[in-house]
Amino acid sequence: MTTTRTTTPDPAAPGTTPDAPATTAGAPRRRGPALAWTLWAARRLGLAALTLWLVSVLVFVATAALGDPVKAILGKEAATNLGRAEQIREQLHLDESLWDRYWHWLGGLLTGDPGTSVANGLPVGELIGDRVVNSGVLVLIAAVVIVPVSFGVALVSARHRDKRLDHGIQLVVLTLAGLPEFVVGIVLVSVFSTVVFHALPAVTISAGGTAPWTQPASMILPVATLVLVVAPYVVRIMRSTLLDVLDSDYVDLARLKGVPERVVLRRHALRNAVVPGIQVIGLQLAWLASGIVLVEYLFSYPGIGASLVDSVRNSDVPMVQALAMIVAAVYVVVNLVADVLSILCTPRERTAISS
Amino acid sequence: MTALDTTAPAPSAARFLRQPRLAVGAAITAFVVLVAVVGPWLAPYGENQITGDPYSDAGVLGTDYLGQDVLSRLLYGGRSVLVVALAATVVGLVLGVLVGILAAYAGGWFDEVVMRLNDAVLAFPQILLTLLVLSTVAQPTSWMIVLLVGISHAPRVARVARGVALGLTRRDFVTAAEALGESRLRIVVREVLPNMSGPLLAEAGLRLTYSIGMVAGIAFLGFATDPGAADWGQMINENRLALLVQPWGVLAPVLMIGIFAVGTNLAADGISQLTSKGGDR
Repeated sequence: MTTTRTTTPDPAAPGTTPDAPATTAGAPRRRGPALAWTLWAARRLGLAALTLWLVSVLVFVATAALGDPVKAILGKEAATNLGRAEQIREQLHLDESLWDRYWHWLGGLLTGDPGTSVANGLPVGELIGDRVVNSGVLVLIAAVVIVPVSFGVALVSARHRDKRLDHGIQLVVLTLAGLPEFVVGIVLVSVFSTVVFHALPAVTISAGGTAPWTQPASMILPVATLVLVVAPYVVRIMRSTLLDVLDSDYVDLARLKGVPERVVLRRHALRNAVVPGIQVIGLQLAWLASGIVLVEYLFSYPGIGASLVDSVRNSDVPMVQALAMIVAAVYVVVNLVADVLSILCTPRERTAISS
Repeated sequence: MTALDTTAPAPSAARFLRQPRLAVGAAITAFVVLVAVVGPWLAPYGENQITGDPYSDAGVLGTDYLGQDVLSRLLYGGRSVLVVALAATVVGLVLGVLVGILAAYAGGWFDEVVMRLNDAVLAFPQILLTLLVLSTVAQPTSWMIVLLVGISHAPRVARVARGVALGLTRRDFVTAAEALGESRLRIVVREVLPNMSGPLLAEAGLRLTYSIGMVAGIAFLGFATDPGAADWGQMINENRLALLVQPWGVLAPVLMIGIFAVGTNLAADGISQLTSKGGDR
C-alpha cells in the first residue's frame, strides 16, 4: 500500500514506487478515461484483497499451526481430562489436516460464520457484534477530536516557527510521541480519577449490556488517552508539511503581492497540506484499530480490544482469529480509503490515471 | 544508551553535544539503564521479601499486593524489561536490514514479491502478532517475546533499510566498486552498510522506544513470562486494581517506562536530525 510508504520517507527514490509508473506504462496510450479509472480501481481493490488474503494466512498460521490449543486451553488438565480434550479437538476440527482447516475457516469467514467460541459455546458473530460497534464509536469520537486539535496545533506551531511557542509545542509533542499508550492512560487515570482529583470515572461500567456512551463521563478518559497518543504524530507531520509549503515560491509570491498572512496560511498553505493530512490521519486511524487493545483493557471498555485480550488469555482460538481479522481488515480498508482520497485530491495524480 | 554510542560511526563529542535532543535523550536513557543495572545492589529489601501488609505505606514507596517493598521491586524490575526490549530491537533490526538490503539490491520481481509480502505483514498491527501467538501457548517465555516483538519490527525496519539502500546502490562509489569487480557481498558489507548507519541508528532508537512499550504492554495485559518476579510491566498489572489505595505500586514502574521511552525517542529524533543535516550537504 502506498500510504504506508509515505510515513517512512524514501529519501533516495521519490516517485519511483512500483505502483506509480505501472498504471500508465503497461497500458496502450489511447483509451477512455472511464476504462482507465475502472482498471485503476480494480487494481487497487485487487491489491487490498490480496493483502487481506495474506493476512488471513498469517492469522491462521500464528493461531493454529504454532501451538497446541488443547494444551493452552486446559493447561495441566489436558493430560487427565481426556473427555474435554477430545471435545475441544472435535470443535476445532483438530483431527483434520491443516490445509482443510484453513479452507473451512476461510469459507466460514466469507459466508459470515466465523465459528463458535470455545470459552462459552456461543457463536463468535453474536459475541463480537456489539463490541465492534462500541469500539467503532470510541475510535470515531477520538478521530473527531484528533483532526481539529492536531491541525490547529500544527498551524499555530508553523506560524510561530522557531519562536518560543513553537519550541514548546515541539518539545511536548516529542515527549508525548515516545510514550506508550498505557503509560499515558495510567497517568491520566491517576491524575483525574483517583489520586489527585476524583472528577472522572476510571473504568467504563456498562451494566447489563447498555452501550458505554450512555455514560458520557466514562468515555472522556479513554478518548483523551487515544487523542494524546495519536495527535503528536499528526502534529509533527502537519507542521513539517506546512513549513515546506510556506517555504515555497508561490507562498513567497503571495506574500509579495501583499496578501495578509492569515489568508496565505488558510488559502495557500493549509489547502496544500490536505493530502499529507489525509495520509497521516488514515495511517493513525488504522493504528487506532490496534491501539485500542491496551486502552480498552486499561479502562475495561467493552470493545473488541478488551475482548481480544480476554480471548487470548482463554486461548479462545476462534474468537482471536475473528477479532484479528477485523482489526487487520480495518487497517487495510482505512489505508485504501486514504490512498484513494489523496489521489482524488491531487490533480496531478488524477490526470496521470485518466490520460 | 550504550549500544547506540558504541555502534555510532564515531560522531565527535562536540557534534554530539551540539544536538541537544540527542544529548538529553541519551542522558535520560543512560539514567534509566543505570537504575536497572545497579538497582538490585541498592535495593533495601529482597525481590520477594514481605516487608509489611499488602498496600501499606511501609517503606519509601509503600508495599504491593503481597506486601513486598515497591522500591525494592522497582530497583530489581528494570533488568528483565530492558534486556528483552533491547534483544527484540536487535532481532528486528538484523532481520529488517537483511530483507531490506536484499530487496533493494536484487531488485526486479524479488523486490516486488518481498515488498508485497512486507505490506501484508504491515497490515498487521504490531501487538496483534504477539497476542495471536500467545493465544496458543500456556506460558509465554522471554525468548518468545523477544522473537515475536522482533519479528513484528522487521517489516518496518525493512522498509526504511530498503529505501536508504536503494539510494546508495545508484551512487558512484557503489558503481565504482562494481566496476572493480568486487563481490556483491563485499559491496554490501563494505560500501552500502557503513553508509546506512545514520538512518539505521535513528531507526534503532525508534524501535527501542516501541519495543519497551510493547514488552511492558504485554506484561501489563497480564501475560507474565515469570510470575512473581519483579518486572516493571508485571508490577503495573499486579497492583493496577489498587491505584486508589497505593498509587506508587503502579505509578513508579509506569514512570520509569515512560522516562525510558521518552529518552530513547528524543535520542532517535536527535540522531535523525544530525544525519539529515549532514546528508543534505
